This record gives sequence, structure tokens and C-alpha cells, in this order.
Amino acid sequence: MERIDIYATHQFKTFKLRPGRPYPFGANHVHGGVNFSIFSSHASFCTLVLFEKGKDVPLVEIPFRGMFLDAQTGEPFWGDFRIGNVFCMTVFDIDIENIEYGYRFDGVYQHVAKGEPGFNRFSFDNILLDPYARSVAGREVWGTPPDWNNIFPHRGRLVMDDFDWQEDRPLENKLEDLVIYEMHVRGFTAHPSSGVKYRGTFSAIREKIPYLKDLGVNCIELLPIYEFDEFDGSRIHPETGERLLNYWGYSTINFFSPKAGFAATGKSKDGTMVVDELKTTVKTLHQNGIEVILDVVFNHTAEGNEFGPTISFRGIDNVTYYMLTPEGYYYNFSGTGNTLNCNNPIVRNMVIDCLRYWASEYHIDGFRFDLAAILGRDQSGAPLSNPPLLESLAYDPVLAKCKLIAEAWDAGGLYQVGSFPAYGRWAEWNGKYRDTLRRFIKSEGGIAAELSKRVAGSPDLYRGRGTSASINFISCHDGFTLMDMVSYNEKHNYANGENNQDGANDNNSWNCGWEGPTDDQGINELRHRQVKNAAALLLTSEGVPMILMGDEVGRTQQGNNNTYCHDNELNWMDWELTQKNADLFRFFKSCVKFRQAHPVLRRADHFQYYDTSGWGYPDISFHGTRAWYPDWSENSRVLAFLLCSKQAPDDFIYVAANSHWDGLWMELPQLPADKHWHVFVNTSMQSPYDVWEVGSEPLLEEQSHFFMGPRSSIILVGR
Amino acid sequence: MELTTKTLDLATLVTIMGDLDGSSAPRALDEILLMVKPECRIALEMTGVGYMSSIGLRAMLSLQRQTASANGRFVLVGVSQEIQDTMAMTGFGDFIKICQTLDEGLAFLSR
Repeated sequence: MERIDIYATHQFKTFKLRPGRPYPFGANHVHGGVNFSIFSSHASFCTLVLFEKGKDVPLVEIPFRGMFLDAQTGEPFWGDFRIGNVFCMTVFDIDIENIEYGYRFDGVYQHVAKGEPGFNRFSFDNILLDPYARSVAGREVWGTPPDWNNIFPHRGRLVMDDFDWQEDRPLENKLEDLVIYEMHVRGFTAHPSSGVKYRGTFSAIREKIPYLKDLGVNCIELLPIYEFDEFDGSRIHPETGERLLNYWGYSTINFFSPKAGFAATGKSKDGTMVVDELKTTVKTLHQNGIEVILDVVFNHTAEGNEFGPTISFRGIDNVTYYMLTPEGYYYNFSGTGNTLNCNNPIVRNMVIDCLRYWASEYHIDGFRFDLAAILGRDQSGAPLSNPPLLESLAYDPVLAKCKLIAEAWDAGGLYQVGSFPAYGRWAEWNGKYRDTLRRFIKSEGGIAAELSKRVAGSPDLYRGRGTSASINFISCHDGFTLMDMVSYNEKHNYANGENNQDGANDNNSWNCGWEGPTDDQGINELRHRQVKNAAALLLTSEGVPMILMGDEVGRTQQGNNNTYCHDNELNWMDWELTQKNADLFRFFKSCVKFRQAHPVLRRADHFQYYDTSGWGYPDISFHGTRAWYPDWSENSRVLAFLLCSKQAPDDFIYVAANSHWDGLWMELPQLPADKHWHVFVNTSMQSPYDVWEVGSEPLLEEQSHFFMGPRSSIILVGR
Repeated sequence: MELTTKTLDLATLVTIMGDLDGSSAPRALDEILLMVKPECRIALEMTGVGYMSSIGLRAMLSLQRQTASANGRFVLVGVSQEIQDTMAMTGFGDFIKICQTLDEGLAFLSR
């Protein structure tokens, strides 16, 4: 039986139309045509603007209200394609590959000039990007200078959503079983040493899957891949003359579209192809047991403050999409000029629609929310005790198995590590873990007590929420790399062109005796040892470890702790480091394997601190140079912990970290008579004796004591 | 875009000249589907195809599926490296058989 809505009812010029459907928002295929639907609660008039691909002037502008022709008789008649506050129409016979689209909006409000505060910023001069566009044209090839005179630089494109996933679905691994690898799509393979054909692209990640598997990570967390403009805020470095870009991409233009410039197929200017490439990348990662988490930025957009460009939201419904002061200025809790009004019901629905789309359409396994504390603020900026957006995401049926990870602070001073509204679902980037580990590793005294909580999954912060509420990391894209953390005391951000004023000053780093690169073998060996000490603690801590791209091979940013604007070697992974620092890679890889081999390191719940196994040992116990006597004093720079589990092969794992500049004799806890200590890690030793294969750890000759070298770590297995 | 057809001993050889995109691919698909019969063998000679869009890729996949459902076989030959790369990156290469030469393609069809 043929549907009766496949026939047009109206005609505008040569275009056949009929009243559209309000849901779903965006441009969606219907039989014979495309349904365009967009919301604005304050606009009074709207036109759909269609361009032929790449053309300077519109092909047609179709009003949503006005005089049309009857599609059957040719008689003129009035039409109004709006239901509630949703403008919607179906346009028939569109060549979906060859059409780009946008909207013009107008309202009965006084015009607000650029730079002035105001509430409604309608201007019929602007052609606006659909917030629900599934693909965006304009920046398809990374780094290609845009045409600044383009009247509509970021254009919506139509995509096919018929990808054949075969048997693929999100992997749904337990969060506590993940080892996350935080990476930038372009930075991972842009370096010539990557050896891939299409450097810096989604597809290139597929080529590097063997590397990821060799390292042992089972989840990659991608820095923003929603469409952004690398030329947003682009400028020339005043001294070097180098063009600086918006490289990290924390400035979203559109939440539903993948960054076309990250696709090798972007140059085709075919939105569906970009979508297919990303989906194929996710599918292949899943086939190799690797989950994909997206770093999503819902706290602000690329439109900036009063002086920013009008791209999309502000021209469609400024007061709905943004938090505004009573005077009409943009609140700036994000530190970037504006703040998305996430707890407005309309915007909240958009965020939910967006995440559902990525989870269902792209099979994304989880999301890390940038400056997520903002998502818990009300429309005037005050923190909410029960933020509707966070609650909705936690209980959403489509997102029910997705990982939800919060960066639990914002630029407005709201710091919620340990107190983020979790609803039993949310995990957090544990900033306190990072700070504690860094302070300990740099030999700060009196950290042992706090360290004992961090390695145990931060029960002081997350008891009742499980260990996996804690995403443990020592380094991330924001700040020093791990190698720089042991190579620099101070940030060196002059390359950013901001006179070294940008970036954090509290790095908790120590340069091991020389600021920056050195030929001093002793210092370089110490730096490697310190990196291994960090890895050993990170990968034996309860919670979910996250490794920053390249830390496993000693990647450096030359002391720059805020490389947001560099599309160059500062941010690109140098694959020659896999050879140069092979000892680090081997160490990381072995520790990941060790973690995967021992379930006791991946507990879902926190320790009870008593004997739960019947072995006569607490599930976790802490020790100092004397067994059973941890040193919590202000001068202490050593901590050991013993894990005891009834579940083989765990039995007993002993981890000791000495951040003192002197070596120490450690008395080892006595094992049951039939068990003996074996050495898995001793960072005092040179490679390959620093770490052993899981299951083939050598027997420790002296079972009662162990001499730890200065600033070193050991991991023993009792079996 | 132009299609020419030649009947060989083992298969029908269809030669395509021109791009396969949103306007040409549906037309090509309609024409080639007329040749899909039970246990058919179809080789598509693609040396003259400079560009294949996402709709072109879908047309090829549709052809492959319909050929398979007719218990037939379908192969692409003479595909440019760029199009092969595109097919691999977008996942279509997992479903569609590509042979470098017509002889290899015919050998595949004859199995």
C-alpha cells in the first residue's frame, strides 16, 4: 500500500513541498524528500536556504510561511509550515549529495549590534547552521585556509544513516576493566613517522590498532570530534610568525556532526562518506575489543561572547541556548566567552538527543563531559542540588549502558570532585588522584596517607559509588605530559604567543635536576625511572586508569603545558619514540597486562580493610619500611600496600613506592607458609630487568626484606 | 556516465565510464539490475570511473546484495587506488569483491 504523504501539496518556484513533521529535528530523509525541522521559541519568521554544493549564492530560499502554489492545481494559496515553535517542511526531489542548507530567522525584537549586550539577536542577514545538522561543510580538509568572505561558511549537509554495522554494538565492558587511552585524532598519526597513508585521520587510527592492542589498552578517549573550526581564534605568533590554530577543538560548532577535517574522505565534500568513515573506524575498534569514548563539550560553543561570530545558536534562539546576565551579557563559566544553557528544557533535550544519536548511530561507548560542573548550574549560573540534565542522562534508556564521565569542575570555580551529582551512574576525572600522585612522585613529604586513599580507589571521595567512579590519571591533554612532568619545574608556553601567561602554574612537577633536555645520563635514567614509578602506581591503583597518548613512549611537549593551539610536533605523536624509549613502552605494556591478569586490581567495590578472604590478611593493608607499620608522618616518602584476595591468581600483591632520594630496606609482610614472593617490577633495575612477564616473575631470594633503590617502585606477587 | 555491456563466455561485462554519484549511480544501478538473474555472473569494469560518491558506493553494495540473493556473483575490476582506499575507509570494501584485472575477476566469477 502506497503512503499518501509521498505527494507534494505545495510548490514554491520549482520546489515541491508539503507541511513537515516537527520530529525529529534536523534534516531527515522521508519518502521522496527531506523533512526539515528546526526550533525557535522567539523567532517570528524563518526561511530554509538551499545551496548547491559550494556555491556562493543560494539556489533557493523557501519561506516557512507565505504564498505558495497548490502542487496539483497551480492555484496560489497561503501556507504556514509551523507547529508550535517548530518550523517544519518537507522538500521533495532533492539531490542529497549536492545540497547544503541553512536557515534565516527573524523576530519582532530590536536589533542588537555586535559587541552590545542583548537577548534576542535575530538578523535576517545571517544564514545559520542547523543545530541538528548531521554533517557540516566548510572545513572538510584540515588546515585549509577558509574563504573569509563566504556568507555562509558552515553549512548543513544531508547524510545517509544506513550504515551496515553487521553484528557490531557497543561493547559494554565493565568500567573498572577499562584502561583508557586519551588521544587526539590528528595528533595520533599526523607525524610523518606514523607511516600511515592518510595521516591525522579517523582511518589512520584503524591502521594503528595493532599498536593499541600491543599496549593493551581497551578504550580510546578521543579529544573533541564534534565539528569545530581549527581557524577559530587562529592567529600568527608575534615572534615566530607561525600560524596558531584551534587544535584541541574544545569549541563546538555543531554537536551532531563529526569533524570532517579528521576524515580522510573529508576532501570528497560528501557528508555521508565522512560519517561512514567514522562509523567504520568505531566498528573496527570494536572488532578488536577497543571501546570509544568521546570528549564532549556541552558547556559552551564556538560563538563566543557579544563580539563573537553568529554561526548558529545565537541567531536562532539566543535566550534559549545561552545563559545571559540580567543585562544581556553572556555568562562565562566556561572561560571561553559563553555558557550553554544546559538546564533549559529545550537545550537539555538537545543534549540528550545528541548523545542518544551518537550512542545509537555511531555505537559510541561513553562520553567524557568537559567542564561538566557547568551542566549542574541553573539558568542564572547557581549550582543545582538535583540538576535535571545530569539526572536525565543518568536515567536515559538509550544511554543506559554508556559510560558517563565528568570533568567535575568548571572555569567559574565550581569544583565537584567527589561530590558530582552521580545518580549511581557518573564517574569523574579524579583531579585529586592526579595531584596526589604527582606530589608523591616529586618527593614531597607527608603524602603517604593521602596516597593510601588514592591507590585504593579514593574511598574518601567515592565510597558507595564504587571504585570505577574514579578515573585515575596523572597526565592528560591539559598540562604536562608524563615525561615533561619529570623534565620541567616550570611551564614553557612561549610558543603559544601569550608571553607564558597561559596554562596552569601548579604542575607539581620536578625536573630531576635540570630544566628540559639534557645529555646527563643519570638525569635521563632517573626520568625514565620516575615515569615507570608513575606507571606502576597508576596501573595498580583501584579505579580506572587513563594514559595520555604517548606517555607510554615518553612523549614531550617541550615543557608546554597548554598546547591547545599547535598543529605540529609539540602535539603529534613521534612514532620513533617507540624505538628510542622502548623500555618505557615495554614497562607500560607489561603493567597493563599485569592489571588485566589480576582482577583484584580491578575491583568494582572499595576495600573493606578487614579479612574478607579467610587468609588471615585484610583485603588491603598498608606498610612502611616495617611491615604493618605505614609511616603517615610529615617526613614520610614511602608507602607500601598489600592486596589479598581469595580469588586466584591474585592471592597476594605487594606494591611499594619509595619517593625518597635514598634507598630503603623494606621489611616484607610474611606470607602463608606455602607462598613466596616473586618480583614483577623493580624500577631500580635497568630494562629488561625492571619488569617481568606476567606469570614468569622470578622468585625473590630474600623473602623477608627488599632493598628499594632511591625513587623507585616494586611490585611483588605472592604465590 | 555511460554503460556498455558485453556478454562473455563466463560473465556479463559491464563497463562504466564517468563518475558514479547521486545523479548517475541510481541510473546505473537500475540498468545493471536488469542483468541480475539467477546464478548470474557480473563483472563491472571501473577503469573509466574517476569518482564514486557515497551513493555510488551504496549502489555497488545494493548490486552485490541483489546478485548474492540471486545466487549469483559480482566483482569490480580496474578500480582506481583512490576509490579502493575510499571503499576501505568507509567499510564498503568489506562487502564488495575487487580484483585488479579482468582476468582475475573472471577467475573469481568462475569459481
